[in-house]
Amino acid sequence: MSEAQDKGAAGSKTKSASSGKKKSRHDFVDGDRYAPAPESSEHVVVKDSYDLFIGGDWIRAPKRTETRNPATGEVLSEVGEAGPGMVKKAVAAARKAYEETWSTMPGRERGKYLYRLARLIQERAREFAVLETMDGGKPIRESRDVDLPLVAAHFFYYAGWADKLDYAFPGRTAHSIGVIGQVIPWNFPLLMAAWKLAPALACGNTVVLKPAETTPLTALKLAELIEEAGFPPGVVNVVTGGGKTGRHLVRHPDVDKVAFTGSTEVGKMIQRDLAGTGRRYTLELGGKAANIIFDDATVNQAVEGIVNGIFFNQGHVCCAGSRLFVQEGIADTVVRKLKRRMDNLVLGDPLDKNTDVGAINSQEQLDRIKVLVDSGSEEGAKCWQSGQKLPRKGFWFKPTIFTECAQSHQIVQKEIFGPVLAIQTFRTPEEAVEKANNTPYGLSGGVWTDKGSKIFKITSQIRAGVLWANTFNKFDPASPFGGYKESGVGREGGLQGLAPYLDLR
Amino acid sequence: MAAKNRLAVNKTYKLYLGGKFPRTESGRYYEVKGRKGALLANASRASRKDFRNGVVAARKAWPGWDGSSAYLRGQILYRIAEMLEGRTEQFEEELRIQGSTPSTAKKEVAKAVDLLVHYAGWSDKYQSLFSSVNPVSTPHFNFSVPEPTGVVAVAAPEKSSLLGLCSAIAPILAGGNTSIVLASHSKPLCAITLAEVLNSSDVPAGVVNMLTGFRDELLPHFAEHMDVNALLLCSDMEEEAKMVGKRAAENLKRVVSHPDSALEEDPYHILDFQEVKTTWHPVGV
Repeated sequence: MSEAQDKGAAGSKTKSASSGKKKSRHDFVDGDRYAPAPESSEHVVVKDSYDLFIGGDWIRAPKRTETRNPATGEVLSEVGEAGPGMVKKAVAAARKAYEETWSTMPGRERGKYLYRLARLIQERAREFAVLETMDGGKPIRESRDVDLPLVAAHFFYYAGWADKLDYAFPGRTAHSIGVIGQVIPWNFPLLMAAWKLAPALACGNTVVLKPAETTPLTALKLAELIEEAGFPPGVVNVVTGGGKTGRHLVRHPDVDKVAFTGSTEVGKMIQRDLAGTGRRYTLELGGKAANIIFDDATVNQAVEGIVNGIFFNQGHVCCAGSRLFVQEGIADTVVRKLKRRMDNLVLGDPLDKNTDVGAINSQEQLDRIKVLVDSGSEEGAKCWQSGQKLPRKGFWFKPTIFTECAQSHQIVQKEIFGPVLAIQTFRTPEEAVEKANNTPYGLSGGVWTDKGSKIFKITSQIRAGVLWANTFNKFDPASPFGGYKESGVGREGGLQGLAPYLDLR
Repeated sequence: MAAKNRLAVNKTYKLYLGGKFPRTESGRYYEVKGRKGALLANASRASRKDFRNGVVAARKAWPGWDGSSAYLRGQILYRIAEMLEGRTEQFEEELRIQGSTPSTAKKEVAKAVDLLVHYAGWSDKYQSLFSSVNPVSTPHFNFSVPEPTGVVAVAAPEKSSLLGLCSAIAPILAGGNTSIVLASHSKPLCAITLAEVLNSSDVPAGVVNMLTGFRDELLPHFAEHMDVNALLLCSDMEEEAKMVGKRAAENLKRVVSHPDSALEEDPYHILDFQEVKTTWHPVGV
């Protein structure tokens, strides 16, 4: 396929070297501004090969795929690709575990397993953070300070619900559903696994989890922890593979509920697949969040919020603040300050503790970003990119903003899922709200103003599931997350996040 | 009953769209038959265009209905109950000529009135029940509240033509949504008479739009319309649910399926057409 991948394939001979012992130094170019401060990957154990985790056993799938470090192109490991037979086996194992152990176990005991798992994650957080960064390309600062703490917290939070489910929904008694099929994306590989597994297990269901094709490693290591924590076999099963594997899982008639995080396009396919079957689904899909800056906002704070909103995790965030609406009077100031701030972002080695912007997750995603960015210039918006030099190997994209955007531009309407911001201006609050709501999506939004009453007026009018006032991209296990309109169905997190995993009678 | 030598004045059953009672733009009709095949009325056979007009009316009415206070919505629902109670005899008569026994007709109307009173009370209470303040670990005030999904298309129960209809639309209304409703095909009379009740109960124009016609003709459009946010399907037919679900995916409509019968009184039916919004607000000085 790509040049970078060819190089990686040639380097597959050095697989054992890449799996921990000796690291080839990589020519990251941003190191001239700050002294390199790389996080060590010595202590990370990556096996040369991983099997599927089914019914408590590691089962070898005949078909194998490699998973690479997107920042260097080097092969990290190879994993199995589960076909229909393996998926069937995993669902059967989950069904058996559901019927024989997990659904009949007292909630308190289920909770204790989850607490134990949360603790194991905390103990090994550093190792998981480093591997997350190696497999996905996100800065270690984020995987260490955001992903991993939230993963542990999520298991900890839902562990406590396991014996309290009858208190959650007034007038109802809570019952588990059965076997849950979960398909998760590559942008927060371990965090999404936690968001899916923790509530499902707390509610007494068993799970077949399919991690993303490009980022399977932390989920497989999580399966090792689940084994180590002594979970009954089959309660959690992990099948790796691509879209096909996901489809086999979603379409399996013995999967009682599907939970999916990913693109809106695939979400719609799932809704079609499950139509009329009575099988449940929750979908957490794309977004095109509006970040609205009023002229009475604290501008420096807002600029930080914009940067965090769109460049966090290279913009590989479904709730990213990818549309910026600035009130006319302060537009020039905001854009000037934003450009200066963008020039100061550190782009490069994701394992370096100074790095702000890591690698794009895959060649495929990089191509998608490029196509949409090209369309922005072609359609008449004005493109500006920050001045960092890009490393030669791996997948990279410069922080990018567009000014002079129109509502009809593809960069305003479509989810780019990269470090690309479309900036528009507005005069009145009504105009801001109307433009903000003018997309098929409705996942998140941001409002920046010094005036409290204005905050609540605007947040109540934005048709989106999560609204951040004078902040952005904040997450917490106690806080429900999920979209309006074409951004999805159902909520994850908090009390509301239990409902999709319960049969309420 | 009519006096001797006086010719009865029959009612024309039309549609209810945007607060008005137009005939279908298609000019079509279908015959509604009673017991022993007697012709009861020529009901309007609504078209796709009628439905689309209904969606436009519902969308236009939605900000006002969603923006009105929960207390006001409760009062309006209660007003519907009052108006319905006042026309008890008319509804009983319509149920009877469409096949109910006098005693079941009497019970059905009474139940419908009571159901509306029940939901009138929910309109300013379900929010507290389904809201939460969330103890996040960062210094933020974080809370989640239900908000109406928006415009809801309803395929009302076929068999339960008054109570079923009221049980389908009352939770949608109490929750601040607007709707386009396809009434029972074989028993459409109560639906249009109910529209008259709604029209005289301070329900703003466009909040409920009532269609009569053919399910298999209209349901695909209900499912496909891109400006409809959710769909309530009261049906026992698996094929129908499948068709609706597949087409509804185009704009990710929330599809709620229910058997072809009246829905129980239950605040969770309100929650079916709510979205949870979570707001983060920093705490600091």
